[in-house]
Amino acid sequence: MSFTKNLIDGTNFDHTSLNALQKVTLRAVVMAFLFYGLVAIEGMIMRMVEVGHSPLNPIPDQFFHPEHFFSIMTVHPIVGIFGSTYQLVFGAFTFLVPFLTKKPLFSVKVANASWLFITIGTALAWIAAFVWNYAPLYTLYWPLPADTHQFHVLGGIVFIVGVALIMVGTLLFIYNIYATIFARVGVHKNKTTKELLISGFGIDGFLNLINKLRGKEPYSKEPALALPVVAIFRGTVDTFLDALVILSAGVLILVYLIFDASGYALDVTAIDALLYKNYFWWGLDLVADGLVLIYVAGSWYLLATLITGQKLFMENVARAALMLELLVSWMVWSHHLLGDQGQPEMMKLISGEMVTAFELLTQGLALFITLVTLWKARPLKMSMELKYLLGGLSGFGLAVPAAIIQADMGMNRVLHNTQWIIGAHVHIALIVGLYMTLYSAVYVLWPLITNGTKLYSSKLSNIHFWLHLIGGIGMGAFMGMAGLNGMLRRHLYVGGEFNPEMIFAAIFGSMLLLAWAIFLYNIVMSVGIKGVVGIFLPSKDKSASYKLEEE
Amino acid sequence: MAFTNSLELLSFHWVAYTIYSAMILSVIAWFGYNLTREDRKSVFRIPFYWYMAFLVAGGVGHHIFTYNTIPWVSQDIDRHNITPDAKYEFKIKDHKWIGLPKQVVIQCEQTVEFDVHSEDLVYGFGLFRQDGSLVTQMQVNPGTDVNGILDSNDILWTFNHNGVFDLTSTEYSGPAQYSEDGKKDLMLVKNFVKVVGCKDNGGKQ
Repeated sequence: MSFTKNLIDGTNFDHTSLNALQKVTLRAVVMAFLFYGLVAIEGMIMRMVEVGHSPLNPIPDQFFHPEHFFSIMTVHPIVGIFGSTYQLVFGAFTFLVPFLTKKPLFSVKVANASWLFITIGTALAWIAAFVWNYAPLYTLYWPLPADTHQFHVLGGIVFIVGVALIMVGTLLFIYNIYATIFARVGVHKNKTTKELLISGFGIDGFLNLINKLRGKEPYSKEPALALPVVAIFRGTVDTFLDALVILSAGVLILVYLIFDASGYALDVTAIDALLYKNYFWWGLDLVADGLVLIYVAGSWYLLATLITGQKLFMENVARAALMLELLVSWMVWSHHLLGDQGQPEMMKLISGEMVTAFELLTQGLALFITLVTLWKARPLKMSMELKYLLGGLSGFGLAVPAAIIQADMGMNRVLHNTQWIIGAHVHIALIVGLYMTLYSAVYVLWPLITNGTKLYSSKLSNIHFWLHLIGGIGMGAFMGMAGLNGMLRRHLYVGGEFNPEMIFAAIFGSMLLLAWAIFLYNIVMSVGIKGVVGIFLPSKDKSASYKLEEE
Repeated sequence: MAFTNSLELLSFHWVAYTIYSAMILSVIAWFGYNLTREDRKSVFRIPFYWYMAFLVAGGVGHHIFTYNTIPWVSQDIDRHNITPDAKYEFKIKDHKWIGLPKQVVIQCEQTVEFDVHSEDLVYGFGLFRQDGSLVTQMQVNPGTDVNGILDSNDILWTFNHNGVFDLTSTEYSGPAQYSEDGKKDLMLVKNFVKVVGCKDNGGKQ
């Protein structure tokens, strides 16, 4: 097949054969990967600024200006976390919940509204930073987002409206997922809401463990919900709470900005900065230490069982551990406030150190269960999905201890707000841990969502894998080293103060960017430009389930 | 074993984490290789309870280790009961330090309190060595008590090594912290702290 024909028509992809569920899933996935590219470019721009002025540096002078630099830094996590990661995860779960529960999705319209709201919201937040240089960073530390001496009020309003739309899209996703799980149709026709709730929270797994210890029959031999659905159920509780916190913080900022614009500025000191920090971090941390870890654990379990075709090792323990993870995620936010001297010491010790250390246990357990499930099924073929899953496990194996090390009152004095936390922890957790897990899911779900479309090139998939893995670990490692040498994460360095670490981070970062371009090329050549456009056209088959009719 | 300053801690941490990283990546690579092998005989029994005990020991032991080796942890927790050898109090407003002494000269092993108040935004207080590495830091939150007195952000620090340290804000407070071309950090105070009277390898002469 010629290059042009592949580019236009793909391999054997036929978008008209896709049903409504498959198309809405793919729409979110396409937007997620486009936003990922934007984030990778933003990251490289910031990295090149930090490499400093030099004749070899192609970055135009305007990017070195603080307004410009920090507006990129503000939208970088918004686009990365919400525009890309949320959309990819939501898209996958929108398909997986009906697939695993063998029920139709509650509403395809709601799913469409969800990805549209998140896409438009992300675009608005980006526009606010691009046009008005609105740059309070994602932390939104009070009263910076309402500081109209530094930022244009209109930029602030557009940004907050954008973030609010993202949260509305998130709430729509949550509604759709729970409405699907609780729908008493198909296999759940005779289940009560109580049974589904008990299973959703993993209480059945916990009771099974207790009964086993007491030598009794299991509480439930066939839990109402499959384990990955339990993880989605549980993680979505945190997604909901997080959306409420971010929405309410957004409303607060919006009220101040609107009053300011109308000439009646409100007193910003009416809001206590430290109390606000506690509230905001409690919510924001439900993303990092809540839904991400729970969703990831669930994804590992699903991938391990799909790859091996066997039951999960220690399933009851895994169910109970997910419940523990949820409780832990509500109590760890103080590790972000170890450098705040007004924060009570007991909260630093208990929430910031001790409960946070529990994440080593819960995530370590998930890692163990996944590895043993794979091990028991050996020999396995080193497929793309298995490779990516191992990559994802390595990412969290590196990133979680990096965070636990910093969540310590002694270490925090020298590591807080440095590149250590954003490099060795956040970027490795997201790029290597989370994204490689998601890529594994993409390869597992690809034949199901695209009706068996042949991938254009497995060689390109392999190149993508190695570039992404090496690029991700390398970039995070050199950022981490710069952090150990004192480089701050929310600071502007234009003199190359932290070279050569930043030069190496830039080299590894460009591998990530190249990896994304190769992946995108491979996908476009598989589905064709016609196929990409076709994904966004209405589907003829309106069914919201996957192959239920045949069953 | 005890760390006398943060530089020693950072070096130790660099080595420890690098070894750990090499170890975990090697284990996963080894595991991945063995997953594909025909030999169904397990190389070793996976000791679940030992593994969990290792994680618990790692999580809890890490804090016990740092509490006993990093002197500023207990000092920080108990700082309100410790009388410092010297105390410096100043404010920040509009990205400017107010009431800042030109230079603070500290004798070796003196314990000094820095109490910083913010009148508007969240800032940071960070001391840096000449090579850019961090000596110590804290967040500086704005706010007042019921009587309208600015909230304290106080840190107690004992200096065991000679050096000259720069001061800047370690928390982002908007682009106004920098000159328009980004080349100058307007909150940077060069050579703010000078520690004298220590031996070459630390400790009082």
